[in-house]
Amino acid sequence: MLSTLSTILVDAISMGTIFLFGCVGEILTEKAGNLNLGIPGIMCIGALGGSFGVMIYSNGAADPTQMSGFWLVVVSVLFSMLFAGAAGLIYAFLTVTLKANQNVTGLALTTFGVGFMKFFAKRIDMTNFVVASKYFKNLFPFSGKLGWFGEIFLSHGVLVYLAIAVAIFASILLNRTRTGLHLRAVGENPATADAAGINISKYKYIFITLGSAIAGIGGLYYVMDKTNGTTLAEASIDSFGWLAVALVIATMWKPIFAILGSIVFGGLSILAMDLTTLSFSQLKIFDMFPYIITVVVLILTSIFGKKENQPPASLGL
Amino acid sequence: MKTEKVKNDPLFHVSKNDNLPRWKAMLIRAGAVLVALVICGIMSVILIKENPFKIYGTMITGAFIDIWTLLKDIAVLLMFGLAVIPAFKMKFWNMGANGQVLIGCLCAIACMKFLAGKVPNVVLIILMVVTSIAASVIWAVIPAIFKAFFGTNETLFTLMMNYIAIGIVAYFSFSWSDGSGTIGLVNYIGSKNYMAGWFPNIGNKYVMIILIALLVDAFMFVYMKYTKHGFETALVGESVNTAKYVGINVKKVIIRTLILSGVICGIMGAMFAGSLEHTVNTSICGSKGFTAILVAWLANFDPLMMLFTTFFVVFLQTGAENVSTVFQLKSTDYSNIVVGIIFFCIIGCEFFIRYKIMPSQRLKDILSGKKTRSAEKKEEA
Repeated sequence: MLSTLSTILVDAISMGTIFLFGCVGEILTEKAGNLNLGIPGIMCIGALGGSFGVMIYSNGAADPTQMSGFWLVVVSVLFSMLFAGAAGLIYAFLTVTLKANQNVTGLALTTFGVGFMKFFAKRIDMTNFVVASKYFKNLFPFSGKLGWFGEIFLSHGVLVYLAIAVAIFASILLNRTRTGLHLRAVGENPATADAAGINISKYKYIFITLGSAIAGIGGLYYVMDKTNGTTLAEASIDSFGWLAVALVIATMWKPIFAILGSIVFGGLSILAMDLTTLSFSQLKIFDMFPYIITVVVLILTSIFGKKENQPPASLGL
Repeated sequence: MKTEKVKNDPLFHVSKNDNLPRWKAMLIRAGAVLVALVICGIMSVILIKENPFKIYGTMITGAFIDIWTLLKDIAVLLMFGLAVIPAFKMKFWNMGANGQVLIGCLCAIACMKFLAGKVPNVVLIILMVVTSIAASVIWAVIPAIFKAFFGTNETLFTLMMNYIAIGIVAYFSFSWSDGSGTIGLVNYIGSKNYMAGWFPNIGNKYVMIILIALLVDAFMFVYMKYTKHGFETALVGESVNTAKYVGINVKKVIIRTLILSGVICGIMGAMFAGSLEHTVNTSICGSKGFTAILVAWLANFDPLMMLFTTFFVVFLQTGAENVSTVFQLKSTDYSNIVVGIIFFCIIGCEFFIRYKIMPSQRLKDILSGKKTRSAEKKEEA
């Protein structure tokens, strides 16, 4: 029983990490007052960029089985952030400088990003990906010796811990620093923030780009860790992107809640596969749960919500 | 003495510009499309290594290979777009057209599956249309009610409703199938009630949806422009407070407008079930609900302009798909990239239509080589 539970938990965490990256990225963006519906596309672009980095590094190495795992991860994460950040920059330029409609720009970016990834994915040489994926997985090789504790907490890949670190960092940044205070002011009431001498455009640009870059790592994680470097062109990363957008609402714009929320969402996504007694059609019901939870949270917060649980006041304007 | 940081004056002054002549606005948009085509051309040359004009030629001929399919695609996208514009006019961001159509289609298919042979065909078709509309209306009105009474964020709500609809359709696709996971064509050749619930063909399969789309377009044009309802919707979009002040029941307007959206989506769902697809699956709408938002926005929520913008977007998609077939790109995703780039350019160019950009004194000074005000200030400091 305990082993089944820990298996489910481990799977939930590994699934949830995809959402966690996207969610934390989107929280930072939304706190700046921009609803970026391009996140699904940005995660696709991040997956492509990261894969590009893996390809360059692993093909450049003399012997791919002996390459440095540390630099492989660093290079691919940076490439992922670079590509996704560039996509975020397009969004920021259009919505901040050119004052374009956020929903329309975001949807266009998602269309573009999905097409961009699927088109160029076929040109990525994935020969060394399975070898490379070993460096992304199982950061602590000794975790197997530590029983259930090791399995639940230490058996994950490096990007899982990075995701949690990023979420904690984002939470501290938002709630405990002056920068975070200014950022929230920009998202809540830009006019007041402007009067207080905050450079709104600068904050929006920085946090849209940073948020997009973080979301992009989620795509890389899916390719290199979740699917062991086997899936890129066929990956439906955009559907995970929409779940990440949903998770932002379900966790009420709080990165710390997002860590738990991502495990719940991840659990709902994989529970269906682990419960073998269910029929195939019943499994499909499980796919709906994250969205239903999100709707319920959205409704409840709008009815009973305290001020701090609401969407940023100027979101989407 | 502490020196205060002197901020540079901006290089440009940006101000709202409401009365740009129409022809100038169109010229700017045409320019944006041109820029986009140049970018796509450069990209195509790099990727395909062919003469860009040859690529554009392939695009144009490709779009018109099958004129009926082109017209059908335009009509379908137009229906999705018409379903979202009244809400958008009210600044209610209805991202849920996909889900609304899907749930309607599912109900129409349910009628086809379970009532075929039990009721006369005419009654069956009427029931299909009615249930489809009812289901779509319910799907559209739920977020509207919460928006009206509790101010629940409608963008996120309607977005989530799409995926709940997809989940429901996925569930029934499995439970109604013979284990294959897809429903397949309902009442198809070989089945007991062959063609029960199939809408009659006028000319060919596609004429009906084209006619319906045109009719709904005309209706929406009149509704938005010449009726009291349309005016109230637009007023709520302009300013909720003004609307309240003149005695409009804002809650009622929100719910009423979303009922209209639901009705149009329901008609589209019934058309998918009865005329175009005869089946339902999770990918029947693709991302048309989202593309429709882009199209509606491009047309500035004007039903007549939408005729052109839907044509333009469908033309691009079909053309770019043909490019990938002819030049063996082995992928239809090329069309998404092209459409994405063109949208970026058009979205960006709207700024130059809505705002006037004047060079500031500082830019003039810099250009004429004079010392700028902020430089003087810096020297003083």
